[in-house]
Amino acid sequence: MGMPISIEIVGSTASKDLFDLVYDYFTYVDNTYSTYKSDSEISRINRGLPRQQWSAEMKEVLAMCEKTKEETGGYFNIEHSGQLDPSGLVKGWAIQQAAELLYKRGVKDFYIEAGGDIQVRGHNAQSKPWQVGIRNPFRRQEVIKTIQIHTEGVATSGTYIRGQHIYNPHHPDSPITDIASLTVIGPNIYEADRFATAAYAMGKKGIVFIENLKGFEAYMVDNHKQATLTSGFERYLAT
Amino acid sequence: MKKIALSLFVLLTFVIYSLQQRHENAPLVIAPLPKTSSQASSSASSSSSQPTSSGSSSSQTTATYKDGSYTGSVADAFYGNIQVRVTVSGGKITDVAFLQYPNDRSNSIFINQQAMPLLKQEAIQAQTNHVDIISGATDTSMAFNQSLAAALTQAI
Repeated sequence: MGMPISIEIVGSTASKDLFDLVYDYFTYVDNTYSTYKSDSEISRINRGLPRQQWSAEMKEVLAMCEKTKEETGGYFNIEHSGQLDPSGLVKGWAIQQAAELLYKRGVKDFYIEAGGDIQVRGHNAQSKPWQVGIRNPFRRQEVIKTIQIHTEGVATSGTYIRGQHIYNPHHPDSPITDIASLTVIGPNIYEADRFATAAYAMGKKGIVFIENLKGFEAYMVDNHKQATLTSGFERYLAT
Repeated sequence: MKKIALSLFVLLTFVIYSLQQRHENAPLVIAPLPKTSSQASSSASSSSSQPTSSGSSSSQTTATYKDGSYTGSVADAFYGNIQVRVTVSGGKITDVAFLQYPNDRSNSIFINQQAMPLLKQEAIQAQTNHVDIISGATDTSMAFNQSLAAALTQAI
């Protein structure tokens, strides 16, 4: 993890401690679930920490990962080379939890974005639905689609890892994947993220998986710069 | 009167013919059928490790089926379990029923569909409208590239 996080809270009630609340929470999540931190709980588990010493929350998170694995026919799989890496679910879950923290404190209009995954609530500063751009996976400064949402979560998968495959180390900018990116819109970011992770692993079939998932829409970009949309995706388009 | 009788006869023949055709063309899916006549129904709960594929098994063409109802073992189709019950009547398969079918999972629903849905496609195009937030996966891969570069410098 250790990814950049951005938060916007609309309105004059936004105070420093609200932002601190969210950032502190993400620091906690990173310290617990990051496989890049040798002292995190997940790293210690990967080094053999006995199950009795696992935290209750960790057990819950790993159980959610197992459930997601079942729901996606095994395409969501946190185990790679005998090590566990739950980041494909934790990222969305953590944003969701952070959003709940703000919501419980009465914050009505905000967004939280972490590593390209977004949870929105309410309206933007112009009292309109939040305008979310989908990044061009081939030109990072460019937006190729704009959607507008009120309460949904948006997750884009497009990492260098697809299932068990790691990209060619001689060409680190050319990952071995069928598709360049897959953006999923779901009822909340936890759901959008876990299914985006699984669907990305399915390659071109991922978009069909999302098509058949009630309450989710997706926008897939393949390596030929061709996009495929699920049949209900266009209802989210900005007018 | 004769004309009506004749038409009815032709119609009836046609109906019988088409019914027969339907039976012969009935897709036989999954589960190997018992060749022996001893078991009326065998419901085993063990699942095989290989996903059984739909289609014909070569034993069909030479076996003679005894009338009765046969339940196959539960087979693991990867996306869920499949179990069929076949009814044989008059030496022919007259019914195939699925006792278990992996339709409780979204992915297997996709597999079950006869045809892929036709989804809209378009060439991607730069958009210039104002956005509040951007969704993209580059951050992770950028972080990885950084991490990889850092690791590789140690490997020199």
